[in-house]
Amino acid sequence: MSPQLLPRRSLRFLEAVTTPHGVDSYLEQIDPLLVAGECRGEVVGVERGTADSATLTLRPNRAWQGFRAGQFLNVAVEIDGVRHQRCYSPACAEHRRRDDFPPYKGTFGPSAIEITAKRHPEGLVSNFLVERAEPGMVVGLSAGEGDFQLPERRPESVLLIGGGSGITPLMAILRTLFAEGYEHPVALLYYTPDAERCIYREELERLAAAHPNFQLLRSYTRAPGTGELDGHFSPTHLPEAEPCFADAETFACGPPALLDAVRGTWANGLEHRLHVESFVPPTFVPVGAAGEGTIRFAGPEVEVANSGASLLEQAEAAGLSPAYGCRMGICHTCTCRKRAGTHKNLITGEVSSAPDEEIQLCVSAALGDLTVEL
Amino acid sequence: MTTATPAPPQAPPLDLAARPTTNPYGLTSEQFEQLGEEMNAIRQRVLADRGQRDADYIRGIVRAQRGLEVAGRGLLWAGVVPPFWLAGTAALSLSKILDNMEIGHNVMHGQYEWMNDPKLSGKQFEWDTACPADQWRHSHNYMHHTHTNIVGKDRDIGYGILRMSEEQPWKPYYLGNPLWAALLATFFEYGVALHDLEVERIAAGEISLMDKRELLKGIGTKVRAQALKDYVFFPALSGPLFAFPLAGNATANIVRNLWSFTIIFCGHFPEGTHEFDEAEAAEETRGQWYHRQLLGSANLSGSRLFHILSGNLSFQIEHHLFPDLPANRYAEISVEVREICERYGLPYNVGPLHRQFGSVVKKIGRLALPSSAALSPGRLARGIGGAVAKGGRLLRPRLSLSRS
Repeated sequence: MSPQLLPRRSLRFLEAVTTPHGVDSYLEQIDPLLVAGECRGEVVGVERGTADSATLTLRPNRAWQGFRAGQFLNVAVEIDGVRHQRCYSPACAEHRRRDDFPPYKGTFGPSAIEITAKRHPEGLVSNFLVERAEPGMVVGLSAGEGDFQLPERRPESVLLIGGGSGITPLMAILRTLFAEGYEHPVALLYYTPDAERCIYREELERLAAAHPNFQLLRSYTRAPGTGELDGHFSPTHLPEAEPCFADAETFACGPPALLDAVRGTWANGLEHRLHVESFVPPTFVPVGAAGEGTIRFAGPEVEVANSGASLLEQAEAAGLSPAYGCRMGICHTCTCRKRAGTHKNLITGEVSSAPDEEIQLCVSAALGDLTVEL
Repeated sequence: MTTATPAPPQAPPLDLAARPTTNPYGLTSEQFEQLGEEMNAIRQRVLADRGQRDADYIRGIVRAQRGLEVAGRGLLWAGVVPPFWLAGTAALSLSKILDNMEIGHNVMHGQYEWMNDPKLSGKQFEWDTACPADQWRHSHNYMHHTHTNIVGKDRDIGYGILRMSEEQPWKPYYLGNPLWAALLATFFEYGVALHDLEVERIAAGEISLMDKRELLKGIGTKVRAQALKDYVFFPALSGPLFAFPLAGNATANIVRNLWSFTIIFCGHFPEGTHEFDEAEAAEETRGQWYHRQLLGSANLSGSRLFHILSGNLSFQIEHHLFPDLPANRYAEISVEVREICERYGLPYNVGPLHRQFGSVVKKIGRLALPSSAALSPGRLARGIGGAVAKGGRLLRPRLSLSRS
């Protein structure tokens, strides 16, 4: 039932007889993975490697568009009736393309995606996955997103710098390269507090043993003397790594402090070689007071200083004309998607900092910085 | 906006003329304030409590609707066999009723937007009826829900073709009121689709058809897709026996039309519901807004299945107080709303379908004729209709008739 396998005319007929809901809305009643227009994945394996993490293997449906090593996916799960979406970087190799098999030519066949969720205090979705993920659960998936990716034309040498769970996109790059028989030099500088929290430790050691062109340099920041390196990232760690960092295409992913240090080191005309992905728990925008911060109306790309009035009034004051109706929170005509920031419902007093949320402009005010799509 | 002569709410005077129509039960401004707070508290509590059970509920209804539709289409394909035709038509009618009422109407109100599921997003939903969803969202969610029962603003009062209020000046055209109502009921989906076209203004020459070009285009596209599906494609699948599914589909559409007309007209037109004029509703407080929604709506009593099939519009009062709370919560909220009404001495208009619809039918008939001089506006609490004024009784006694 893959759409590519059906003649166009049959597909149009199916759409015409299932209007207005569409074929998928009937198919998903049989199996949520049958839909053609929306990428979803079924959890087929859960491995709880450490007490505070879970590595999930997902089998995507036929709408899966694939990803490039290094990219992240938006993973959507439903918690207490509410759909939440967060970014996760797959750690698996990017291939499993099935270009060579005629029925799937130009598409990606079923494959397995590996993501790892790590518990953290604010991590609603990650904590849910760590605690509750089990085989059979279905999650929403996006295609790979983000510019942090291994170039299609593989570089002459690769340097990877990772901290904590920031290892996952780097793991995707490593696995992709070695699966392709990459023979040029690769080095990984990996920073974790101790050996227990060194994710993929065994596999990394195995890869290092099997590939003479792969140099594995670990630093256990709370256990000096136990890894190949000591302490947090510093430029002095670089000469240890072959190839020389200046020539290598460099990919860094980890907590902000690590990335700041890396950026500082590359700030001398080598920036074009450096690719950075901040891979931290979503930092919650500090809740500002009403009338503080900046409101950004994405779409028309207009920014205004937050006056504390409703978002609708502020958009209109800025010369924008979003759709509206009752202006009292009843009709939902002005509902828009808030991308980030904290808003307060002026009628209920409810305050929410969740990203990607539908809000009513006429009864919502920003507390501090806020971005909303018009 | 509140009256300067606060009558004790427990014992309102019987002189209707002394009371402004906005406040027929003599609430004080403090009471309006309190009423607003009590209603807000209900809303707040349900908002905080929304979760898995509401998500499961609406998904269950969607599932039932899809199942009924597939079953109905399948049975009607072999509709040449009479029991198949009957069962298929029944299943498809139920499917369309669920789709339009409990799913479409409620989802498009944004009742399930908090789930953040694009398929249940009020802004994206499209339903199995002639009216394009985006036009409905304007005429219903905004015009009707914000300006409920305000003659001249709320186009649900008569849909531009019926006389449903004493406030609409009589003209000979309205002699056909019962006939127009019967036609509207039969072809209700098209009546709803043409809602925003403002046919009466076109007829009066205030606007021209050309002003409504975009609107007509949207309606045309939707009507065409619906008609092709029900009257061409599915019948064609039965080959030479096409007449059976064709008749079944047409019947299902009409059953849905009659049902939704009945339920919707029972929401605001039974005896006892109030009307308001624009000036009265201007500058109202939240409490007064709740009060207007309360007085302008009427409920239907019945079984759980009946409530589901009515899209929970049988809880029209609760729906108008809280249009964006999940409809599956109205039943439990209604207990509190009723208790509040009793405390404030406000009527809570509820009755079984036959009684409420009976009074709507009577009203349609009565308003076909010009109003008698005795019923001139200004002397009456508007919309209570002749009956209350003639009988000289208050609406309060209705409470004793209501189901507990």
